[in-house]
Amino acid sequence: MRSRIFFVVMILIAAAIYAIARTYNNEYYFFAIYTVLQYVVLATAWNILGGYTGYVNFGSAAFFAVGAYSSVVLHKLWPDVPVPLLIVVGGAVSGLIGFGMGYLTLRLRGAFFAIATLAMAVVLQTLITNWSFVGGSRGAYVIRPQKVDASLFGDTIANFITTVIATSYLQYLCLVMFVLAVAALTTARAIERSALGYGFATIRDDELAAEASGVPTLKLKLIATTLSGAFMGMAGAPFPYYISFIQPSSAFGLEYAVNSIAMPMIGGTSSWIGPLVGAVLLGSLQQWATVNISSAVGVLLVGVLLVVFVVVAPNGLVGLFKQTFMGKKA
Amino acid sequence: MSFDLLVSALIAGLLLGGFYAAVTVGISISFGILDIVNIAHPGFIILGSYFAYLLNSKFGIDPILAGIIALPAFYALGAAVYQVYYVSFERRGKEALAGLAFFFGLLFISEVLLVLGVGVDYRYVQAGYIDQNLGKFLGAAGSALPKLIAELPMRMLVPCVGSLLMFGALLAFIKRTFIGRAIMAVAQDQLALQLMAADPIRIKRIAFAISIATAALAGAFLIIIQPVEPSVGREYIGRVFAICVLGGLGSLPGTIIGAMLLGVVESITSTFYGPSWAPAVAFGLLLLTLAFRPSGILGRQ
Amino acid sequence: MSAPILEVSGLGKRFGGFVALDGIDLTVNTGERLGLIGPNGSGKSTLVNCICGTLTNETGKVHFDGRNLKGLITHERTRLGMARSFQLPRPFFSMTIADNIRVPLMYAVNARRGSKMSEAEIADQCGEMLRLVGLADRARHFPRDLTQVDMRKLELARAMAVDPKLLIADEAMAGLSGSEVKDIVQLLITLNERGITVILIEHIMSAVMQFSQRLAVLVSGKKIADGKPADVIRDPEVERAYLGQ
Repeated sequence: MRSRIFFVVMILIAAAIYAIARTYNNEYYFFAIYTVLQYVVLATAWNILGGYTGYVNFGSAAFFAVGAYSSVVLHKLWPDVPVPLLIVVGGAVSGLIGFGMGYLTLRLRGAFFAIATLAMAVVLQTLITNWSFVGGSRGAYVIRPQKVDASLFGDTIANFITTVIATSYLQYLCLVMFVLAVAALTTARAIERSALGYGFATIRDDELAAEASGVPTLKLKLIATTLSGAFMGMAGAPFPYYISFIQPSSAFGLEYAVNSIAMPMIGGTSSWIGPLVGAVLLGSLQQWATVNISSAVGVLLVGVLLVVFVVVAPNGLVGLFKQTFMGKKA
Repeated sequence: MSFDLLVSALIAGLLLGGFYAAVTVGISISFGILDIVNIAHPGFIILGSYFAYLLNSKFGIDPILAGIIALPAFYALGAAVYQVYYVSFERRGKEALAGLAFFFGLLFISEVLLVLGVGVDYRYVQAGYIDQNLGKFLGAAGSALPKLIAELPMRMLVPCVGSLLMFGALLAFIKRTFIGRAIMAVAQDQLALQLMAADPIRIKRIAFAISIATAALAGAFLIIIQPVEPSVGREYIGRVFAICVLGGLGSLPGTIIGAMLLGVVESITSTFYGPSWAPAVAFGLLLLTLAFRPSGILGRQ
Repeated sequence: MSAPILEVSGLGKRFGGFVALDGIDLTVNTGERLGLIGPNGSGKSTLVNCICGTLTNETGKVHFDGRNLKGLITHERTRLGMARSFQLPRPFFSMTIADNIRVPLMYAVNARRGSKMSEAEIADQCGEMLRLVGLADRARHFPRDLTQVDMRKLELARAMAVDPKLLIADEAMAGLSGSEVKDIVQLLITLNERGITVILIEHIMSAVMQFSQRLAVLVSGKKIADGKPADVIRDPEVERAYLGQ
């Protein structure tokens, strides 16, 4: 299936899910959907680097937070900036940071890269905590509008949008997230099937042999870190509107780092389906636990599952599926 | 820049550095020698801190004593973790990604379990000497000391001295005992080790268990220096790896140098620019070292 | 014989205080079959790594096809037409055998040609490589399903897929049986007959003698002999240093 067709099909599926949620019209569902979609993007983004090339990023939270805080900066300067533009800017800034960090550390072994990502995350968090323009450690308010402002398209259409399609701003954010998630999945899938995907796989399998086969490993790794960082930043860009009050401790929360690693690894890192499955299943599980027990338990569950899967089923749920139903050994 | 302030920052940094050496020695063994990226090590240290807190608050036991009591339990825990790690990862062939994820998961789980079990409040220990400085602690003998020395706070001095003692004991163990030398050898040449009729897996397990055992004491030292809550471990991830890389992987003496260096730089930054910048120091230093001189100061190629 | 395809002059490499290579001079003529022998630890693999760019030599020069290779990293040298196979085969385990061959086609050959090959062309070339080494029937299998000798054939096929002018085969026959060794030697000779210069690094003397038109000997980082195989093995210094062991 060509990427364009895939994209359209996924958009249609997303639209269907959204329509079903709209008929229930319960704001809580949209909270949950937004969170899960956010993780679909984060997990897919992480997997482009971690799953495809084998370089582990422990600093996902930092890229996410950079996207969020670039939105805070833009919002403070120009309060009416539309969300899609925030996403583009957030993605660009995070992508640049991904590139920079990659440039500094990708010549080193994978283990050092992983540690460097952790280091970078803390440095970024410290910088933002000390930056008073965005509120520093006290946090910043980004008031979420009641409804989306679509007056750009004329009154009739704007009216239609706010009464039928997205009656609240949260619903609008969900729509945006749906598109972003589909874009991330389409990109990941397209990479897998391309020469770039093969190049990534050789880096994961054996970098030395990859170089000897003519693969420009450094260049490809930089592409991976930039793309991965960019998508994470895009996932974070709408976050201030979603949460209305943003603090470094929440934006840089450890749960983002754990979830963006756990979801692809539990789902399965070798294809685009794994992060999707992982994010949907674990994200939902976590939401359920947060509501019925506590958010700490929700996060603990994911951590425990990560350790269990990594020890027992390293190829994730997708790998288990392939083994059981298609007879393929790991 | 006030000279007195600089000197006191320097001294505080050196004391801190001594403590950091104890925190890092576990990673020097597991990462520097065994090549296992145990980023969960700070989690074990925090566990050690909470263990000391429990024994101290319930039974009034001195925290360092509590740390010593915890040693066998932590040793066993380390051996168990290594077994799981070995069977799941090392034996199946190099799966660096899975191993990293495993330890990251452990780190995370330990933090959340503490949050659920003990809560997010800061905990601290009580012991007679903690609030005093050296001069007051020594009483009459202390009045003879020069002012700079007498004013050294016990809560920093005791962990520093304890750390250096622990470090020295480890160094002696490495140099003087068969197992100690085997541990150094296993990093270089497993085959030679097997020819010496030593089981490399057992040696590695012992080494890893020792590295976790050091966390018991390091944790006790930590909670003497500062109050502890579950997420404090995260700050130390960057610190321990920064020290390891700075000092050179696999070099135990290098660890002390790296630790002192980091302690001093952090202390000076904290004194002159404010404590909120301190975490960035370790990690920033780490990034710079990785970018420009990955073999560290004393490291082997 | 035309101009030399590879010229190594004064190559030196140290690891800390240990001198692995000490002023190596080696010239390889285009289309030649050069054998390189030496005891373990003599620096053969280090030499290969320096020529291919995996390691950086401190002194000396490497010229390939008239070009100074200084500053070029491994994949750039591969793209110029230098291929190597590894002592211990290093296939890409996560992909099929056919895909293992497609990677160098996609990356090395495409880069050199300027214009990209179509999917069909890549598939064609891939099939040809596999037929050459006798692995065509297992194109969809994975490397872990292969026997030792087949893995080494895959290793050579992957090096060949680079479309090299020079192929360095680093101990491609270690651990193989007599008939398997003959297979690989025949394969290498076939490749040479297609115009590819081959450097064979080996311990198995029968293979070396059968294959080489010229023989060089490396001992403790120095080249101690270089000439016709029959002459070299009778050289007393060579006997003492290597063959006597």
